[in-house]
Amino acid sequence: MTSALATSPIGFAHRHLLGIEGLSRFDIEALLDLSDKAVEVNRQVEKKLSTLRGRTQVNLFFEASTRTQSSFELAGKRLGADVMNMSVGSSSVKKGETLLDTAMTLHAMRPDILVVRHHSSGAVDLLARKVGCSVVNAGDGSHEHPTQALLDALTIRRHKGSFENLVVAICGDVAHSRVARSNIICLQALGARVRVIAPSTLLPTGIDRFGVEVYRDLREGIRGADVVMMLRLQRERMNGAYVPSVREYFRYFGLDAEKLALAAPDALVMHPGPMNRGVEIDSEVADGAQSVITEQVEMGVAVRMAVLEALAAHLPNA
Amino acid sequence: MPTWATPESFEPRPHAPMLFRNVRLLDPSSGTDEAGNLLVVGGEIADRGPLVGNDGLPEGAEVIEGRGRALAPGLVDMRVFVGEPGYEHRETIASASRAAAAGGVTTIVCMPDTDPVIDDVALVDFVMRLARDTAIVNVKPMAALSKRLEGREMTEFGLLTEAGAVAFTEGRRKITSARMMRRLLTYARDFDALVVHQPEDPDLAAGGVVNESEMASRLGLPGIPDEAETIMLMRDLALAGLSGGRYHAACLSCRASLPLLRIAKERGFRVTASVSVANLALNETDIGPYRTFYKLSPPLRTEDDRQALVQGIADGTIDVIVSNHDPQDAETKRQPFEESADGAIGVETLLAAALRLYHSEDVSLLRLIETMSTTPARLLGLPGGGLSRGAPADLVFFDPDAPWVVERERLCSRSKNTCFENARMQGRVERTVVAGRTVYSYDSEA
Repeated sequence: MTSALATSPIGFAHRHLLGIEGLSRFDIEALLDLSDKAVEVNRQVEKKLSTLRGRTQVNLFFEASTRTQSSFELAGKRLGADVMNMSVGSSSVKKGETLLDTAMTLHAMRPDILVVRHHSSGAVDLLARKVGCSVVNAGDGSHEHPTQALLDALTIRRHKGSFENLVVAICGDVAHSRVARSNIICLQALGARVRVIAPSTLLPTGIDRFGVEVYRDLREGIRGADVVMMLRLQRERMNGAYVPSVREYFRYFGLDAEKLALAAPDALVMHPGPMNRGVEIDSEVADGAQSVITEQVEMGVAVRMAVLEALAAHLPNA
Repeated sequence: MPTWATPESFEPRPHAPMLFRNVRLLDPSSGTDEAGNLLVVGGEIADRGPLVGNDGLPEGAEVIEGRGRALAPGLVDMRVFVGEPGYEHRETIASASRAAAAGGVTTIVCMPDTDPVIDDVALVDFVMRLARDTAIVNVKPMAALSKRLEGREMTEFGLLTEAGAVAFTEGRRKITSARMMRRLLTYARDFDALVVHQPEDPDLAAGGVVNESEMASRLGLPGIPDEAETIMLMRDLALAGLSGGRYHAACLSCRASLPLLRIAKERGFRVTASVSVANLALNETDIGPYRTFYKLSPPLRTEDDRQALVQGIADGTIDVIVSNHDPQDAETKRQPFEESADGAIGVETLLAAALRLYHSEDVSLLRLIETMSTTPARLLGLPGGGLSRGAPADLVFFDPDAPWVVERERLCSRSKNTCFENARMQGRVERTVVAGRTVYSYDSEA
């Protein structure tokens, strides 16, 4: 049994992972290097390490998410931690407890790592200031989803080698997407050129000041892109509030083979999941040769293992 | 005597070339108002100039002697309530198109508040097919801004534009939610779609049937204050600025709206506005003894307002004149004033009524044609609105000075609710040409 992913000290000095914002290119690259090792481990028969042996990891999900929660759970378990899942349905939050009271209660239980998802932007940050352990943001409101950006970066790096002069097009509901925000920051830090593509109703105010190229036409925005990253459109935003209908959205902003043909011939197709087939992406493309969507899920576990190990390196009594 | 053509689909044969000789050519698209000839071949304007046609004509060409009468691009009426589908007893596309032809209007833009509402690709397609088979002028639908005109969910601007919708509007209805209007304008921007809205706060205007004034009080009728218009207009203009969308304020009625519009235009907002010809030709005193044919939306306002609107047309603050053609059957108008329906027909009298501003020397003839043809065509992305070579031969040939009296029973509209009954007009349409084909002619010698 291998003891840890890292064979030398990890160049990551942060106590929490609350967002990509604030991380340096070296921080990100250190995590990606570590993730590459985790991928190797995960492909072995023996996947268990001992980095987090004796540590307690609590997954606190105020917003339901099967895939992110199970990915963090698996990552923690593979590193040897004791993992407990708390979801909103079974917690005292439903009984009216405030976020800070929940934090105090959890703090008293002395976990080592807290993985938090919350529907309000900034809630994870607030919680991090009230607990003694390391906190990982598993998605807060429309703010950040750092492990998603890291797993996307890992997937891209493993296919393209480098980010220099790489054109990444992020398409869809940018306004409400924490995935988009984290990815914009992450990809730019790594040296990629980022484009965002959406109807004006789904673009956040001031997006042109994010250092990205803004397109309101998918065909134009996708032209020559090396990576096409589709975002999920929530059901409640499909029927007339932000876009008039699924069929109109699919017609102009859904990725199908015809539109994908405008991207670079070897362009990667990505999606953070879960997909709405026939809304933002056509099945032919989602399941096609250029799609790396299931690979993203695999990278997700690896990236989360790397993050947990990097944070554990700085825990008391490590 | 007047003569109308039948729908094109009944006689799909090529039309003979025609030469208008010695006419006053009015072309706002090039700023020309000069004497000359104009040759039409194959549905298009083949050539124009002082010598065109002098050295030989195409075989079978018809020659129309102008003798100084005017030839202008056919009018494009941006606000026509038709009634088909759903209210065919008021007006059909066929009857509206005959009225339009008699008025020199070569394109009518019909409103979506029909039954069913034109909020879906299939309905746009239906209207366009119906128009192809029954109309003698061009008919272009505006589609609804919101599904079922409920003001909650936006319609498919992209797909509807592809299907042939030329703009988007709620017709008589208003978008009360500022958030909804913001999203509509924001979404419209991506498709360069035009959002057309009659700015009137329905809450403030509720119950009102005439302009709020001393006259309304004397008649004992509840009024609609100017502010119902200006408050909504301010909101819309601000949101147009915020979103970058193209906005068109339909049917302004009061003086106080003009400075708001000027400021928005100076700031570079993509905004334009129209006025109904009734508000340029009439004022609230025309209502007289509770004459319901003068009950309009927006209401006829004071003479001061009317003069300001005329000035707004002359100086370019207001961009378009519309007929606001709104057929109502006798039963809905033969009611106590407060209970009767709004609206008056007007597509047939649009040009003649607008010419009053020319005869009163307030607005040039060229500017009038610009507001009723060139500008609406440009706003809606339609060909036409000019007399340049290669443009579609949609033309109105008229005598700007010929006097006539509006006789209600002679109007082509299925409904007769005109507010120009027995009015003396100066300026008569003698021939209307759509795509090189004469669809209406009036022989003044017969």
